[in-house]
Amino acid sequence: MNPLELADARPGPGFPVTFDGRTIEALPGQTVAAALWTAGITAWRTTRGTGRPRGVFCGIGVCFDCLVTVNGRPNQRACLVPVRPGDTIRTQEGTGHDD
Amino acid sequence: MTERPRLAVIGAGPAGLAASLAAAEHGVAVTLVDAAEEAGGQFYRQPAAALGARRPQALHHQWRTWRRLRSGLDRQLAAGRVTHLTGHHVWCVERESDSGRFAVHALRGPAQEEGVVVRADAVLLATGGYEKVLPFPGWTLPGVVTAGGAQAMLKGGLVLPGRTAVVAGTGPLLLPVATGLAAAGARVAALVESADPRDVLRRPSALAAQPGKLAEGARYAALLLRHRVRTLVRHTVVEAHGTDRLEAVTVAALDAQGRVGPGSERRVPCDTLAVGHGMLPHTDLAETLGCRLSGTDVYVDDEQRTDVPGVWAAGETTGIGGAALALVEGHIAGRSIAARLRGTAPDPRAWAAAGRARARLRGFFAAVDAVYAPPPGWADRVTHDTVLCRCEEVTAGEVRTAVDELGAGDLRTVKLLTRAGMGWCQGRMCGPAVAGVAGCPLTAARRPLARPVPLGVLAGSEEDLE
Repeated sequence: MNPLELADARPGPGFPVTFDGRTIEALPGQTVAAALWTAGITAWRTTRGTGRPRGVFCGIGVCFDCLVTVNGRPNQRACLVPVRPGDTIRTQEGTGHDD
Repeated sequence: MTERPRLAVIGAGPAGLAASLAAAEHGVAVTLVDAAEEAGGQFYRQPAAALGARRPQALHHQWRTWRRLRSGLDRQLAAGRVTHLTGHHVWCVERESDSGRFAVHALRGPAQEEGVVVRADAVLLATGGYEKVLPFPGWTLPGVVTAGGAQAMLKGGLVLPGRTAVVAGTGPLLLPVATGLAAAGARVAALVESADPRDVLRRPSALAAQPGKLAEGARYAALLLRHRVRTLVRHTVVEAHGTDRLEAVTVAALDAQGRVGPGSERRVPCDTLAVGHGMLPHTDLAETLGCRLSGTDVYVDDEQRTDVPGVWAAGETTGIGGAALALVEGHIAGRSIAARLRGTAPDPRAWAAAGRARARLRGFFAAVDAVYAPPPGWADRVTHDTVLCRCEEVTAGEVRTAVDELGAGDLRTVKLLTRAGMGWCQGRMCGPAVAGVAGCPLTAARRPLARPVPLGVLAGSEEDLE
């Protein structure tokens, strides 16, 4: 059993996006965080102070732990931003403004 | 024909929907403003339409109630009595000094950079709540998520964070999270509850008021059994292990004083920890409007009015009590608003049944709240090097230094001395952690802006939706 089967979901065709240069498949309707989780990725930010990895924590847009760089734009909440075909998703290092 | 008075409802969860329907049926034009793409709030969070879910009810409880709300909303939308603004993140509500009306400021668009303003004669705050998580060593590791967050990602995105989960903390939310993750295919290695749910049974007044809850508990017990979820009551997660992601947790038994039983620790391998310790209400918009709070909740009277004229509140923002309570509070608010906007006093007999249900449910949740309190010793178990403020990476040791050596005695002073609570989340996540470790009360923080706002929008660049 998986969640798609449980909800009897028939999503439209998946599409490729990249995460740190690696191609992963995303489904229409998913958020960036959901697409990354589907690909087995749980961390996509490092903290400003100690450089520790972070990913989803609250899942509803409150905690800002899941900040990520999408198409060159840092500080996007991965749990809220819808994933789009061709998105370039990158791990956000620190403030995301240093690179 | 005179124009209908306009109500802005902030939040399309159970409270906001019930209020919108009641007000629209009684002569009010409603603008329902919500951050999500689909109505439902957290409790009835819907899978994204493009995922094509034909059986979303498999992820939900009380689906019949949702169908009733959804079809009611569809009827009012078709009749033009309700306008539903999806994907609108409200950051401030203010009373305009010239007109006396309310201006609801929101952000929309894919990057939430477009400012819009909605004007209304009255406002209902139905902003819901968010999860409280108390810290422990390892709680910042990827793979550790809030229990509600795991559920939200499952309901909305049809995804799981990993293969093997431990669900831990305290509170009634842990049951649907554990059974939901298991039904969706995760192996739930353990449900770790620090309280003893049987203590609710020892409060007969609560159960007499709400007998249906006993049956609900029995249903969850059967589901846990079916999914072979081991339930450990009076246990807690003392540490999460891993280097760059979660690999295991240490679980230990608690004695009646909340102390960890020596030698009771055991290691449970897992890649996901879904953890939560209850909920807190979203009160930012109410505070900026000047509404009085009672503790951390927005104060309301019997009609769900705040103490600011023209501002009503319903649901979790007025005190955590679940979806059924939010529905009746929303209904009462909608009826009151419809009468007050006509300039008449409402007759409470019109909502007598909802009023009785409200009293019963509030009584029940007061008892639940007392039983599912965090174990007394939790703050002492937080090691000095454990991060409390996840945004600013402030450790428990720094907070203790601020209290013990610098004399901080309240959250605001701790924040000024350590930066705890100054980051992106504005102390929403670390507030209970810092208060517990510092030994000071959890007070509502004043946040004039409910979310980050682009400077251009603050400078007045907004589209007027009126």
